[in-house]
Amino acid sequence: MGFTQVTLDLLISFKENCTIFAATLLFALPLGLLISMGSMNKFFPLRWVTKTFVWIIRGTPLMLQLFIVFYVPGIMFNAPMRDRMLATLIAFIINYACYFSEIYRGGIESIAQGQYEAGQVLGMTKAQIFFKVILLQVIKRIVPPMGNEIITLVKDTSLARIIAVGEILFAAERYAGRGLIWPMFYIGVYFLLFCGGLTLLFNYVEKKLDYFRG
Amino acid sequence: MAFLEVMGIYKNFGKTEVLKGIDFSLEKGEVLAIIGSSGSGKTTLLRCLNFLETPDSGCITLNKEVLFDGRQYKNMREDEIRKKRLHFGLVFQSFNLFPQYTALQNVKLAAELMIKDERKEIVAAKAQWTAALEEVNQEAQNLLIRVGLEDKMHNYPWELSGGQQQRVAIVRALSMKPDILCFDEPTSALDPELTGEVLKVIKGLKSSDRTMIVVTHEMEFAKNVADKVIFMANGVIEEEGTPEQVFEHPKSPLTQAFLNKSFESI
Repeated sequence: MGFTQVTLDLLISFKENCTIFAATLLFALPLGLLISMGSMNKFFPLRWVTKTFVWIIRGTPLMLQLFIVFYVPGIMFNAPMRDRMLATLIAFIINYACYFSEIYRGGIESIAQGQYEAGQVLGMTKAQIFFKVILLQVIKRIVPPMGNEIITLVKDTSLARIIAVGEILFAAERYAGRGLIWPMFYIGVYFLLFCGGLTLLFNYVEKKLDYFRG
Repeated sequence: MAFLEVMGIYKNFGKTEVLKGIDFSLEKGEVLAIIGSSGSGKTTLLRCLNFLETPDSGCITLNKEVLFDGRQYKNMREDEIRKKRLHFGLVFQSFNLFPQYTALQNVKLAAELMIKDERKEIVAAKAQWTAALEEVNQEAQNLLIRVGLEDKMHNYPWELSGGQQQRVAIVRALSMKPDILCFDEPTSALDPELTGEVLKVIKGLKSSDRTMIVVTHEMEFAKNVADKVIFMANGVIEEEGTPEQVFEHPKSPLTQAFLNKSFESI
């Protein structure tokens, strides 16, 4: 097997990682906002249920959650999960939405009460205060922790290997099984490049929001 | 009936009684200074007038319109409250400028949103829309020039000194044309050398049709600028009158003790 062939082969498998990454972001970012609203809700039962849920998800390994989503429907309800990718996405989206929700909550709660009050005494509506005053300040504050979490997500995508999704780690292991060891280490480059690109992107966003402080 | 009538305002936070029956009135164009030690309820009173706190009971009437009535408040809708609170403007101790907007944008934001909100339905009136926005822009600039910030209009709050930020905040409060402009210890967060510029601006705003309520620790300012002084202690108005009455001939022993402390030289 030549170097070019392996590189291309691995690249095709890496597409699976990219799918997990993109789909998780697409759904977990808004879902996280919804969850954060639950955990900041004035209505105690809703807040309690949400916080307990977040505790369970954040308190157990993502790998275990993958197992549960993939195997439990078959074992307990006699409805085996056939689509490995679907199982992966369900586990990833729920898991990451919980982490994101805590980042949102931290960002929103860190905005001084005075900002809301200043909007109120100027006769602004609640929606105007949130969208015109609060939101951008929240975004600025959550870019660094979000960046952290999103970069972790890139590497976590290889956890899907545990339920035999044909992602890049799985592909490299197949080579190893046939006696070709180096692809096992070589796949690190894919993750490095991907994360490098993301780091540049987050730096760019941070710089864009650098014009104000607060 | 006076321009502003405040009657029987009570406010508790849990078991703490912060306001225990506040009554006062104010005529149009008057400047009222509220003095008193920390915890006497001055700020809470101001926040009640601006609907940032809801009094437990009492009544606030402005220009014969009932703005707040403790017996009916629960039925008031949010947009009703919003309209009523626009009769008052508030300048905060800690400025509370919006950090992501320039000085000019800070001043314009609320007025612009109001125009866009009101005329959303009338798409045909686009030209009118633009004219109204231009007017807001012009007025905001004029106000900023008036308080000496013509070359700081396009600066962000973090680029301004505390005194400049507070001047922007004052102009921002004026932009919604409140009937009564309130100040909550406007100079308490400022370095001593910046206090003067802000007090000068407030003094300069005094005119026959501008009514102001200033909660302050600046006794000289209260003495020289106010038409009327209220001394608060333990949630009640302990003494009120002209600056001369309150500062030169205080009747209450509490007022005397407070003033002695305030003017005590070190």
